[in-house]
Amino acid sequence: MRELLNDIERWQQAGKQIAVARVVDIEGSGPRDPGAAMAVNEDGEVVGSVSGGCVEGAVVAEALEILRGDKQPRLVKFGYSDDEAFAVGLTCGGIIHLFIAPLTW
Amino acid sequence: MSLQPVSLYPIFAERVRSNIPVALVTVINGPHVGATMLVSPSTDAVGTLGDSELDRVVARDALGEVEAGRTGVRHYGPQGQTTPEDLIDTPTVRVFIEAFSPPPTMWIFGAVDFTAALAKVAKVLGYYVVVCDAREVFATRRRFPMADEVLVSWPAPLFTQRGAALTSRDAVCILTHDPKFDVPAVQGALATNVGYIGVMGSRKTHAKRLERLAEVDITSSDQLSRLMSPIGLDVGARTPEETAISIVGEIIARRTGRGAPSLRDSDGPIHK
Repeated sequence: MRELLNDIERWQQAGKQIAVARVVDIEGSGPRDPGAAMAVNEDGEVVGSVSGGCVEGAVVAEALEILRGDKQPRLVKFGYSDDEAFAVGLTCGGIIHLFIAPLTW
Repeated sequence: MSLQPVSLYPIFAERVRSNIPVALVTVINGPHVGATMLVSPSTDAVGTLGDSELDRVVARDALGEVEAGRTGVRHYGPQGQTTPEDLIDTPTVRVFIEAFSPPPTMWIFGAVDFTAALAKVAKVLGYYVVVCDAREVFATRRRFPMADEVLVSWPAPLFTQRGAALTSRDAVCILTHDPKFDVPAVQGALATNVGYIGVMGSRKTHAKRLERLAEVDITSSDQLSRLMSPIGLDVGARTPEETAISIVGEIIARRTGRGAPSLRDSDGPIHK
């Protein structure tokens, strides 16, 4: 998240709502370690990444729903044989757990 | 609903930018999802996870994590219970503790061509890089623009002033080949808790260096086994850049405890 601070603050100064998605856990082979983060603002602008590019699109959609209040902050799982989150797989075959929440703290 | 009486983000950003170790603690499952707390050494935790007893227990654990630079998920009872008996039939609170610790440090002794390549590669890996050489004409910012600091100094004063700050995450690489310089550098490094000590030189140089070290009473196998000398992995490196890769490869392998074979020729998961 260290590398996102400047962009987050630029968005805060512009009065934008911001959601942050962070990798909190990985099972098996994961492209990024826990702590990898991306931030999404209400206009759908994105900085950072949480995988090798496999799931970022789906994360943006989820983050925007959370920012709109359609969904609560939550844990989201992406994986190879995933049946509860999204039909988006990781090419490396692992499972990543993301926590996505608005930056309201 | 927000549990936070104060805005935590500015405090968090300030500590991260000032390299003050801080744990960003977040409830990711259970009551008060999204509740956030900041934990740093030598200061009170800021924010709350929704229960004062939970706050106390998690702050204690987070302090240990931030000091070790570890990040991960922990499970508690709603009032911070951690023993398995107390957690039976209790909803669990899952807490993500993310440690933001200062970047690891690499001290490179000797202002040679290998130094520039190693400093460059170390920066890619996120190290705070200090280049040190006693020769004023070589230890210049112009030659090492990628380093965070370039010091004209003998090793001993640097270790005296700053050696105590070196931890298991840090590295000392001694690239001089000159016994006048590398013997005191090895002596200084061995007196610290630094995690990696690499010393450049041929096997012949290494043998001669061992004689010099014996003259200053460094003979115990406990001490000598900390030295990675000759420095680097056996990847057949020739150029300074290739050598730099072999050195940082060795640092990674030492930290993870691997033998560094090719992935193709080993079994098991790539990320453990």
